Amino acid sequence: MAKIKLPAAKVEELKGVCVKFNRDGGELINVLHAAQELFGYLPAEVQELVANEMNLSIAHVYGVVTFYSFFSMIPKGEHPISICMGTACYVRGAEKVLDEFKRHLDVKVGETTEDGKFSISCLRCVGACGLAPVVTVGEKVFGRVAPEDVKGILEEYS
Amino acid sequence: MAKYKNHVLVCGGTGCRASQGEEIVQNLNQVIEENGIENDVQVVRTGCFGFCEKGPVVKMVPDNTFYVQVKPEDATEIVKEHLVKGRQVERLLFTDPETKERISESKDMGFYKKQIRIALRNCGFINPENIDEYIAREGYAALGKALTEMKPEEVIKEILDSGLRGRGGGGFPTGLKWELTRKVEADQKYVVCNADEGDPGAFMDRSILEGDPHAVLEAMAINGYCTGASIGLIYIRAEYPLAIERLKIAIEQAREYGLLGKDIMGTGFDFDVEMRYGAGAFVCGEETSLIHSMEGLRGEPTVKPPFPSESGYKGKPTNVNNVETYANIPVILLEGAKWFSSIGTEKSKGTKVFALAGKVNNVGLIEVPMGTTLREVIFDIGGGIKDGKGFKAVQTGGPSGGCLTEKHLDIPIDYDNLLACGSMMGSGGMIVMDEDDCMVSMAKFYLDFTVEESCGKCAPCRIGNKRLYEMLDKITEGKGTEEDLGHLRNLSNVIKDTSLCGLGQTSPNPVLSTMENFWDEYVAHVKEDKCPAGQCKSLMQYVISEETCVGCTLCSRVCPVDAITGDKKAPHIINQETCIKCGACYDKCKFAAISIQ
Repeated sequence: MAKIKLPAAKVEELKGVCVKFNRDGGELINVLHAAQELFGYLPAEVQELVANEMNLSIAHVYGVVTFYSFFSMIPKGEHPISICMGTACYVRGAEKVLDEFKRHLDVKVGETTEDGKFSISCLRCVGACGLAPVVTVGEKVFGRVAPEDVKGILEEYS
Repeated sequence: MAKYKNHVLVCGGTGCRASQGEEIVQNLNQVIEENGIENDVQVVRTGCFGFCEKGPVVKMVPDNTFYVQVKPEDATEIVKEHLVKGRQVERLLFTDPETKERISESKDMGFYKKQIRIALRNCGFINPENIDEYIAREGYAALGKALTEMKPEEVIKEILDSGLRGRGGGGFPTGLKWELTRKVEADQKYVVCNADEGDPGAFMDRSILEGDPHAVLEAMAINGYCTGASIGLIYIRAEYPLAIERLKIAIEQAREYGLLGKDIMGTGFDFDVEMRYGAGAFVCGEETSLIHSMEGLRGEPTVKPPFPSESGYKGKPTNVNNVETYANIPVILLEGAKWFSSIGTEKSKGTKVFALAGKVNNVGLIEVPMGTTLREVIFDIGGGIKDGKGFKAVQTGGPSGGCLTEKHLDIPIDYDNLLACGSMMGSGGMIVMDEDDCMVSMAKFYLDFTVEESCGKCAPCRIGNKRLYEMLDKITEGKGTEEDLGHLRNLSNVIKDTSLCGLGQTSPNPVLSTMENFWDEYVAHVKEDKCPAGQCKSLMQYVISEETCVGCTLCSRVCPVDAITGDKKAPHIINQETCIKCGACYDKCKFAAISIQ
């Protein structure tokens, strides 16, 4: 894989975060949260940087990144779509809604469309079970989504 | 503090906020100002009222009028009619589904009648971002009482006597846990709040943290006083941004008031709270995993003993309790163990918060005394099954629990009864299913979750659950055999017996309990290639009845893949090759001409 050039300003900022946490290995998860916030995702280059700054092995950092589902190594789309697959949404038909998104965008869960516009992911319970099934696009929450609403939601963002 | 004649409480829980709760607050404030009554009326953003089904909820105080499904544009009418003229806005009141009567106060609604709110006492009542409102409701009085009037041993005895058991799922006696941590000598101890609510379909802890964060902080400080810890850590999911924000505000305010920090209330007791963020791993609800995750490691469990009370965070004695457990503590100290233990059943005292969801009319957050029956919860509080369908099962305990059926409806809910029927209390998720839900698919759904969330450390959980999932998948595809059913049961038992932690030891429960209670359904899948509930796509097809179809063309218009053809006013046909079985036509047909075969 070709190496990505990380923007220098963000690299400096991330180094600052590591210093703020005293390069303490116990704070690795907090550092990774900050790194994902900065870069949007955690490509190999960022993990390498974090490992160097925190005096940890790259394997250790990679092990932690891949363990937690919140951390992503693939950039998300401009409008990340999350379909809640918590039990409450599932029994109210979330799977059909998910199928409809996959069909319209022609990508699988965890992938991003070619134009980088949308990405689909599943999440487990946003805690708005009264509105099941729930879909979030970026920060916006759509409640009681039916398969036939999917087209309209996508059109809002294209 | 300014004094107001009227308060308008607007639900600021996640569900209501997602339904334009913020716009409602803005509009209310604007109209209140336009009418020049801003010095008499205060709009307060509270925590969750619980009645999520009818959200967004707006409550008027002092007359307790309870408006449901409020829209931002209703603000004008609420202000002009209710606040200015003193007349209720009839159309926004709750309508009783049976009597069709309008009900204006929550205490008269079926949803609230059987509830007792202890852990949720302040949710939907106070502004969670204002410490003064918490203090006005006896907040931090329990901490004061403990620090100035009671020895740590006395506080622990009170908790022990109350009979409080861990609300995170296991049901371990809370007082005993505190006592164990207290007895170990160490230079540093920690108390931890487990707010890693990972059970899909459960949102109790989040609602408490969003609606009453100080209750948790106060209880953690009391815990610190009892166990000898000076640092409290809250391990919270990063997916709960609103709860995180409110906790941060609460911690700052408590520090400002000297209720956290050095020399609390001048008693020489030091205690402060820090936050630690989870990153999406269900297994981190297990206490040893949680502790490893707080140490910046992969959240894998380790063998107990040593228990965290001996060697936990950074190798120091650590006491881990769940959010809801903490929320009960201040009340127990103020009202007494005797009062608390008068509520509930013989071995399960107090109340339990449940997130009632799924195919039930009143989805929401409820708190009922232990010993309430499932029937009362689902039918009286929950208002019965949606769309008049038949009740089929209720799943408690999330991915670790089981499906209970009609015959379990009158069993009083407590830790031991639920275990005895093959499920468990768990953290309090309660998902109701109707006749259209396939139990094999349900078991598969939970196994899919477990496979994804298994940390991979021990083989039975990592490999065993994967095999269980594959077998269930085969069965739902119509390719299963009777032999598979035997394998399914055997493997489930092996996984239960040999897994390292609670996740693996309970993960086959959804399979075992559905096999126990819905054996016929499994048999129908493998023997007759049929899914009785009509949910498994490979085993069903949608068919239009020639006799009933009037040719209204609605189905062909809603079909996303143009699989339905037919002329106007003539019977339509579904092309089974193209059909993706999304069910849109079935849901939309007004003449019940489409059936599942």
